[in-house]
Amino acid sequence: MKYLAHRVLQSFFLLVGVSVLSFIFVELSPGNYFDEMRLDPRISSETVSRLRMQYGLDRPLPVRYARWLDSVAKGQFGFSFAYNAPVASLLWPRARNTLVLTGSATLLAWMIALPLGILSAARRNGLVDHATLLFTALLLAIPDLLLALGLLLFAVRTALLPAGGMMAVGSEEMGAWDQTKNLAIHMIGPVLVLVLACLPTLVRHTRAAMVDALNLPFARAARTHGISPRRILFRHAFPVALNPLISLFALSIGSLLSASLLTEVVFSWPGLGPLLLEAILGRDFYVVTGAVVLASVFLVCGTLLGDFLLIAVDPRIRMEKLA
Amino acid sequence: MSKGKHFVVPMVCVAAVHLVTFLSGFFAPYDYSEQDRHLPYAPPSTLHFRDAQGTWHWRPSVCALVERPEQFGVYEEDRTRCFPLAFFTRGYRYSAFWLIQSDRHLLAVTPPAKIFLLGSDGYGRDELSRLLYGGRLSLCAGLLAAASSVGLGLLLGTVAGYYGGWCDAIVMRCVELFLALPWLYLLFALRAFLPLHVSPSQAFLLLIAVLGIVGWARPARLIRGIVLSEKERTYVLAARMFGGSDFYLMHQHIAPRTYGLLLTQAALLVPQYILAEVTLSFLGLGVAEPVPSWGNMLAALQQYDVLVSYWWIWAPGFALFLVCINYWRLASAMQVAAEGTAHWQ
Repeated sequence: MKYLAHRVLQSFFLLVGVSVLSFIFVELSPGNYFDEMRLDPRISSETVSRLRMQYGLDRPLPVRYARWLDSVAKGQFGFSFAYNAPVASLLWPRARNTLVLTGSATLLAWMIALPLGILSAARRNGLVDHATLLFTALLLAIPDLLLALGLLLFAVRTALLPAGGMMAVGSEEMGAWDQTKNLAIHMIGPVLVLVLACLPTLVRHTRAAMVDALNLPFARAARTHGISPRRILFRHAFPVALNPLISLFALSIGSLLSASLLTEVVFSWPGLGPLLLEAILGRDFYVVTGAVVLASVFLVCGTLLGDFLLIAVDPRIRMEKLA
Repeated sequence: MSKGKHFVVPMVCVAAVHLVTFLSGFFAPYDYSEQDRHLPYAPPSTLHFRDAQGTWHWRPSVCALVERPEQFGVYEEDRTRCFPLAFFTRGYRYSAFWLIQSDRHLLAVTPPAKIFLLGSDGYGRDELSRLLYGGRLSLCAGLLAAASSVGLGLLLGTVAGYYGGWCDAIVMRCVELFLALPWLYLLFALRAFLPLHVSPSQAFLLLIAVLGIVGWARPARLIRGIVLSEKERTYVLAARMFGGSDFYLMHQHIAPRTYGLLLTQAALLVPQYILAEVTLSFLGLGVAEPVPSWGNMLAALQQYDVLVSYWWIWAPGFALFLVCINYWRLASAMQVAAEGTAHWQ
């Protein structure tokens, strides 16, 4: 328990570090949201400086950071200049959409990667193994951007899938079932891109972990004892291979979030990606900070989840860390 | 297959791409910003070895394009006006990174015919020329950024591993901080806090700096690990006994042990950084028009009509794929040579 508490505390400090870092970057950057207003002759300089004062931009860095922390504690995450609203009210719906996308992509990718990896490890140098190796090598070399654009082309050309967006126009009037169906159809494109983007790494690591596990002396011993290959595979080797895969799960969340950022922009999915891009182009710093911190919260949560899972499945770690 | 063979093919491919893009001025028939407003989205030119009379020629020729009346972007060749290609002719002046200055070009054709081997973009600019110039920028950004982040990693990793204590603690906390963020978010955040409107050369340097900062953490951690074990080696201790200074030990005895790892890390980072540059420019956060980069060339595909109608605009994507696959193969060949097995195989 002490170990877990320690990990949670560490993650918390990590998040504080991320937020401090982004505040320092803001401080170093030239210009802010209100500088563009200065160019407008219809807005007087008094108005600009009053606005700056209103949003606290004239205060020194530590004061601004303290104010920001205060607003985080209130659940507001600062204030967006462009939308004239608390950042949290912008972030939550967007974050939900991003989570829907990445969550289903993670689930689907693992559901494909685990059987495929195990199968190619069980039949090493077989047909499936070679095909998988070739397929993943090809996928590994195709950039996420091209995957997304290619799928968009497919969607536009064949009209089988909607070309971007999350809901069809007028979906508000549909029933709950139709709405879900509509959402699912819109999700196919971006989810497919994300799955294809992270599949090669997952499959290859699964295969490597299983091959390692099957080569361990105990697995060979089990084979000489005449235990059926299926039982060795699932009952004996798989639990051993699970350990590195859980670490991979935590790591893959980060790359998935990054890939999702790009995919959302290409497919105009209303997630964190387009919001972040707009905020950067509009120099809306609190939104940028909020989105970045939120993304790191997701990542840190994933890592923590990975730690918990490791402790749950691996008795060696449990003994070592909890003792 | 022998060990060397794994290296040769990707190495040659990578070197060839870098050389061709480095000499983009020579290989490109036109300057990257030369427009022809009468020929937007012209398809790739056909090379004719037979003229209108049906006589064969060794020297290929290109025919002038005529836009079909009242149909935008649909062209027909005027077979009566064909112009032979000229090789190694003089044209506009170019320089390759201030090293080579010349006005020789591989290919040219007399106007009004235009040689668009890969078609033209929306402003009637030659896609091939832009691909070459854009490749020069994108590939150089990748190389330099990888060099700077590996260099930063080497410096901080060696110092952290060698001195240990609070120095190590600070560097390692920073490493964890940088690894804790999803890299694209980190890249965006860094880019967000830098000025938006910058000149192309400033944007180029800015990109390199930002990419270099984003990726230093992983090499630094790996190098620290090596340094931790290397500094306890007997020959290092012996050199210290002889009175070698800290800098001498690090520079002469410890750092060289990390070079193999550095090279592999660089081969892994370069394609990632090329992709990162392409991503940023694609989203309008990198190098701006008219200077081409593979990213802002691909950005044209965000318009549906371009995405569907003009397949040659995909050329930078295909080039990107080729560069990436060869860098991956190079990196995995290096890993095989260093560790006996690539770590994902």
